[in-house]
This record gives sequence, structure tokens and C-alpha cells, in this order.
Amino acid sequence: MIEIGLGHYLTFGAIIFSIGTLGIFLNRKNVIVILMSVELILLAVNINLVSFSIYLQDITGQIFTMLILTVAAAEAAIGLAIIVSYYRNRGSVRVEEINEMKG
Amino acid sequence: MIAHALFFYFFSIIAILSAIMVIVSRNTVHAVFFLILDFISIASLFILIGAEFLGMMMIIVYVGAVAVLFLFVVMLLNVSEQKLSWFRGSRKTKHIPIGLAVGAVILLELIVVVGGWQYRDTFSETKFLNFEKDFTNTHAIGNVMYTEYIHLFQISGLILLLSMIGAIVLTYRKREGVKRQSYFTQVGREREDSIKLVEVESGKGINLDD
Repeated sequence: MIEIGLGHYLTFGAIIFSIGTLGIFLNRKNVIVILMSVELILLAVNINLVSFSIYLQDITGQIFTMLILTVAAAEAAIGLAIIVSYYRNRGSVRVEEINEMKG
Repeated sequence: MIAHALFFYFFSIIAILSAIMVIVSRNTVHAVFFLILDFISIASLFILIGAEFLGMMMIIVYVGAVAVLFLFVVMLLNVSEQKLSWFRGSRKTKHIPIGLAVGAVILLELIVVVGGWQYRDTFSETKFLNFEKDFTNTHAIGNVMYTEYIHLFQISGLILLLSMIGAIVLTYRKREGVKRQSYFTQVGREREDSIKLVEVESGKGINLDD
């Protein structure tokens, strides 16, 4: 409990990851919150990579964390651009109204 | 050691609570605020664990760019039934107290991080997490990032360029009725298009309209 080790950080990352996944499929409001949940999931992955990198004394994990950071920024930009153009066409970003491709 | 445990529980509890608040808060602006708080808490955890460069990088990239981008889009799209009353609203706005609370927690965390930096050496007594003392984290990352992982680094630059182009393409729209300069029409203008020599008989004049 007092001795903080690798397991504590991994548990913390797992909790953040689960909150992110819950946020994706419990969400009934708008798509932006889903994008934020994706950011939370990527953050949990970053936590795992960094804690393993410190634990194994290997800097590679931190390099990969930087690459994930890049991808997360790119994904946020593209996703928000898609949301903006969708809102411009439809006038709403509510999740239950987005069903044109449902089939 | 006990300091490490205290700091870890402090930051991780704040991070988990704010992550829960991100997904349950009804107002999207509040969700973005709590997302910022979550980013800063996790960046503090990174600094605590010894990855200082990544912690600072997370604050710069996530809080400075991504979260502000989210905030821009949320305010642009007028979701969550926000009225125009953002700062000088007539009715009660619940954004400002939430924002102030999040800012106060962030300030508290920054104070904890900066004030706890003098106890940095006591953290390294933990068996699992130890630091390189003579070699800063930024130095270590730079040593391998520009040599061994140079291709990945450059490809990540390409990914950023691609996302920039993609975002511009997705959101660009041509406006009607805007006068703008067109170099090709200017340069490609011929003499015959613009000048016509007309023989005018004296005393008759000419109709210029046709």
C-alpha cells in the first residue's frame, strides 16, 4: 500500500482505460464526448508505456509514448474536423440522430 | 518512499475522479474542463515517476493544443444548449464556478509538484522505480530519438502534416460573393480581351455598351 510499484501504475492505467471505454458506449449526448473518451484511452496506454519504461529502465517506451501523443493530436484534429463538417450539414451532433449509415 | 505514495494517491485519485466527471457531466464544456484537469494530473504523475520530458510534453500538447481545440469546437458548435451567454450572460451561467474550481485544483497540483521537487531524492529509494541521476530524461530521450528512431520521428511529422491537410480539406468551404485576387486571370489577360480600337465617324458618336 505504501510501497508504490509498477502494479499501482498499471492499475491506475487500467482504471483510466475502463473509464474511457465506459464513456464510449454509455454516451448518449454528443460525439465530442466520445472523442474525449478516446483521448482518455490513449492516455491510459501512455501511462502503461511510461511505467513499463521506467520499471525496465528502457527509454524506448517513452519514445513510443511521444509517437502516441502525435497520433492522438492528429486524431483529435481530424475527428473534430469531421464533427464540424457534419454539424454544418446536419445541424446536430447528437449520437442517436447519427444513423445515416445504419443500413 | 511515503512521500511517493502520498503524491501518487493524490494525483491518481484526482485523475480518476476527473476522468469519471468527463464521461458523466451533462455539459460538454464542463467535460472539457475536467479533461484538462485529468491531463494535468497525469502529467504530474509522469513527472513524479521520472519521465519529466513527457510530462511537460503532455502539458504542452494535450492541454495547450488538444483540449483548447476541443473547447473551440464545443463553443463553435453550440452543443449542450448553450445560449450566447458565455461570459457576460444575463441568466446564471454555471461555467464559471466549474472552471474556477478546476483551475484551483490545477494550481494546487502545480504547487504540490513544484514544492515536492526537493524531496525528489527520497523517491528513488523505491525498489521498482529508480532514476538515472547523472543523465537527465530529456537528454536520454534525445539521444535515441534522433539516432535510432529518426525514421519514426520523421514519419510522425508526416502524420501531423497529413492531419493538418485533412482537417483543412474537411472544413474548407468556398464562399460565394467574395472578391479575391486571381493571379492567373490577371496574368493571362490578353490585349484583345480588354482593348478594342473603334473608328468613330465624326459627328455621330458611338454606343459604348455593346
